[in-house]
Amino acid sequence: MRDLPILTLVTFLPLVGVAFILSVRGDPLMVARNARNVALLASVTTFLVSLGLWFGFDPAGADFQFVEKAAWMPALGLSYHMGVDGISVLFVLLSTVLIPVCILASWESITVRVKEYMIAFLVMETMLVGTFCALDLFLFYVFFEGVLIPMFLIIGVWGGPRRVYSAFKFFLFTLAGSVLMLLALLMMYLEAGTADIPTLMTHDFRPELQVWLWLALFAAFAVKLPMWPVHTWLPDAHVEAPTAGSVILAGVLLKYGGYGFLRFSLPMLPDASVMFTPLVYSMSVIAVIYTSLVALAQEDMKKLIAYSSVAHMAYVTVGAFSMNVHGIEGSLLQMLSHGVVSAALFLIVGVVYDRIHSRDIATYGGLVHRMPLYAAVFMLFMLASVGLPGTSGFIGEFLVLVGAFQANSWVALLTAIGMILGAAYMLYLYRRVIFGMLTKDALKKITDLTPREIAVFAPLVVLVVWMGVYPDSFLSIMHASVEQLVDRLAAAQADVALSPLALR
Amino acid sequence: MADVNLPDLTPAMPEILLAVAAMGLLMLGAFSRDGGEAAALRVSRQVAMLGLVALGVTLAAVLMVAKPSAAVTFEGMFILDDFAIFMKLFVLVGAALSLFMAQSYLELHRIARFEFTVLLLLATLGMLLMVSANDFLGLYLGLEMQSLALYVIAAFHRDDVRSNEAGLKYFVLGALASGLLLYGTSLIYGYTGTTSFAAIADTLHGDGALPPAGVIVGLVFVMAGLAFKISAVPFHMWTPDVYEGAPTPVTAFFSVTPKLAAIGLLLRVMLEPFGSLFGQWQQIVIFISVASMVLGAFAAISQTNIKRLMAYSSIGHVGYALIGLAVGTREGVTAVLIYMVIYIVMNLGAFACILCMRRRGQMLVNISDLAGLSKTSPAIALGLAIFMFSMVGIPPLAGFFGKLYIFLAAIKGELFTLAIIGVLSSVVAAYYYLRIVKVMYFDEAAEPIDRDAGREAKWVILGSALLIVIFFLIPGPLVSSASTAAAALFGS
Repeated sequence: MRDLPILTLVTFLPLVGVAFILSVRGDPLMVARNARNVALLASVTTFLVSLGLWFGFDPAGADFQFVEKAAWMPALGLSYHMGVDGISVLFVLLSTVLIPVCILASWESITVRVKEYMIAFLVMETMLVGTFCALDLFLFYVFFEGVLIPMFLIIGVWGGPRRVYSAFKFFLFTLAGSVLMLLALLMMYLEAGTADIPTLMTHDFRPELQVWLWLALFAAFAVKLPMWPVHTWLPDAHVEAPTAGSVILAGVLLKYGGYGFLRFSLPMLPDASVMFTPLVYSMSVIAVIYTSLVALAQEDMKKLIAYSSVAHMAYVTVGAFSMNVHGIEGSLLQMLSHGVVSAALFLIVGVVYDRIHSRDIATYGGLVHRMPLYAAVFMLFMLASVGLPGTSGFIGEFLVLVGAFQANSWVALLTAIGMILGAAYMLYLYRRVIFGMLTKDALKKITDLTPREIAVFAPLVVLVVWMGVYPDSFLSIMHASVEQLVDRLAAAQADVALSPLALR
Repeated sequence: MADVNLPDLTPAMPEILLAVAAMGLLMLGAFSRDGGEAAALRVSRQVAMLGLVALGVTLAAVLMVAKPSAAVTFEGMFILDDFAIFMKLFVLVGAALSLFMAQSYLELHRIARFEFTVLLLLATLGMLLMVSANDFLGLYLGLEMQSLALYVIAAFHRDDVRSNEAGLKYFVLGALASGLLLYGTSLIYGYTGTTSFAAIADTLHGDGALPPAGVIVGLVFVMAGLAFKISAVPFHMWTPDVYEGAPTPVTAFFSVTPKLAAIGLLLRVMLEPFGSLFGQWQQIVIFISVASMVLGAFAAISQTNIKRLMAYSSIGHVGYALIGLAVGTREGVTAVLIYMVIYIVMNLGAFACILCMRRRGQMLVNISDLAGLSKTSPAIALGLAIFMFSMVGIPPLAGFFGKLYIFLAAIKGELFTLAIIGVLSSVVAAYYYLRIVKVMYFDEAAEPIDRDAGREAKWVILGSALLIVIFFLIPGPLVSSASTAAAALFGS
């Protein structure tokens, strides 16, 4: 089992599915049906293989596991180096869970160019998994950036009325951030003489250089996450993307930013991270409060959830930069939880959108009378988003707050205010859509969840409750790696405290 | 006969072969014409076929004369080193592919004449001489041979006003550039007493003191002349008009091989005779590079004609390639070579797609004509999308690796500002490349394009798209040969 190149398998299995879909010929309806089946089969197989990571992962080790290494560009010393640790392994699993869900969710709603759609999702899966597994700077960049192509097409081809504007905005914002990161990666590679991520994580860069590298990386991760004030691409992209596109965008792509902070900024540039913590805190607190208020005023369901994503991802940065075990584990769990919860919320919007073709909150009301099961599922995820104990959201937010309180009690206080606002806009949304009298004619014949939709939500429900009730299954996996990271950060904090002049 | 000293002809064997072939084909064409449109067409086909064979034979000859050590002949005027061999191989491949794609277009427009092939071969011969030049006289001869042939084929569509305009514009401005170059050369000769690259290098290397001002002025003139040939800002004005007016296969040829050869020439001139003046010319190269990248990015945004857009795109790409020269190290030159090779593959592919844009026998040149191409011709749309994403520099496509090597060299050479301007202008440039993808994939389908358009072009699309996509799997051969080639310029 250990000899099996499992990460390579998980990364590239979807491409095998792509090859099969490409070879499908014949009648368009037949092609569409086969494309769906093959895509589902390929993504489910990938998920099953990725379970090998869950069972085979040794939680006691802080080092990278399932490591594979082969020469790639020997002239530059670049290698095909893959491996996962406690920080990345759960993101791999999150990606492999969400892709089959996405494919199942688009089963009926996507009717044009089904073949290309499925190919785009499978290619995206390869890029997503590859990003979290890559242990070489440039291999990472290839996957990190490669995801832009399928996502651009998904938004642009299958999106809503303003899809072109949104697709361009998404592409150009992220590209602008990541080309600056590319320069930083090149600088790190030249300075340290290696592109090997595990080696770089223990390399000590000169503090004055760290400042510049940190800012360049920050440009990329802040756009991806997204942080206020570079979040404006997100509401547009979410609103216009097809449901499954929003799911992947919110579920996994936003995690690139958080993962980037935890994999690059914090361990590789600890001194600069300590120095810039106040900046990150301020931006996060502004994001939590500002975007929550903006979310309150939204009339479009998807836009509301998009703004709530910005707020929730701000908890992630607060947790990560609190630089203690609670905060970092909280931010990781918050990312996983948000990955599942926001994905589910977009799917929930997708369910009614498929039936009524409107995302306006005002179109709905009183759905509980016709769709009791839907109302129940919606309630679970809405409460998880708010952070009700017993759901995954609570664990993430609680740990983040605990971590933040140890680091800076004001930040914790302000973040907590944001959480209260979060409860306000989610409950308000739920009340307007689900409760009240069913008076609108268009809704009189609306039907409850179909078996396919139940199958889509079932895994997400299980995950949310599992993470909420017994988070230790997840926390124990990340613990060793997080402790190692915190040790490294503690040393940097001590350094900076000793030599305040060096950095100010 | 003891006093006749025949130079060693072996290193120049490919050029000799190509010259003989071009002249032979000229004879064949001139003497086999016995009137009639049909006969002319037949001859043009035969000559094109034989021209391809000639390019193939020349390619084989280049490989055969390739030796590990550099060979100099014709009294030091001609050099055959790894750098020249590398450039020649790609020049020949680019020329052969352009010729391969051209025939059906020429026939469609009823301008299929055997002279096209002959002129293309002569231009290619000029380029081979350019990349082997080791003396300002050799340089000028090669450059003019290339340029004169190019002026004519730019105007090859005789009855078309735009094509004539393109040829004339190219000729007038090109002659001006040649004049600048020649004037610079004469200044350099006046102050150093020689035209040989090696001798100039020795003279300037001397005592480390500043060279005479005349040499610097001459150098600036030479750079201006060469910047014209690679269409770098501020000597780029001819590019959009010539690209737009010239017949499309000619534009494809222009955007690929002459550019490669001129870049090769520029690299050699800057680094061999004037290597010791690096401090003097680096600033100029940095300026040209920044100006080309920024102008290429911004000016292309408002273009509606795809050939003009490709012209601005090529200006931008030259800007990126020049970053490598501005670094002035072996890594920098390696990066330039890798970048240029990937660029010509992408560009040939993109022009092959443009050659396929034909509706009811009419060529299309507007970007809006591509609307909905992904539905009507999914294969061509996919190919063009791959080339566009690659030109943006999105991994894992080859264009990304071209930029990666360039920026790696720039960071290593501590040209941080240049690198930052470079990446940011690539974001601006992304906008117009994406616009093409947008038109093809997001817009409603227009009328389908002709199915039988450009059979040969489709092979080129397939081949170059595959190379672009799988480059990341096997980057080794190109990278190591580019590195060997670059080493030749830093041999001493």
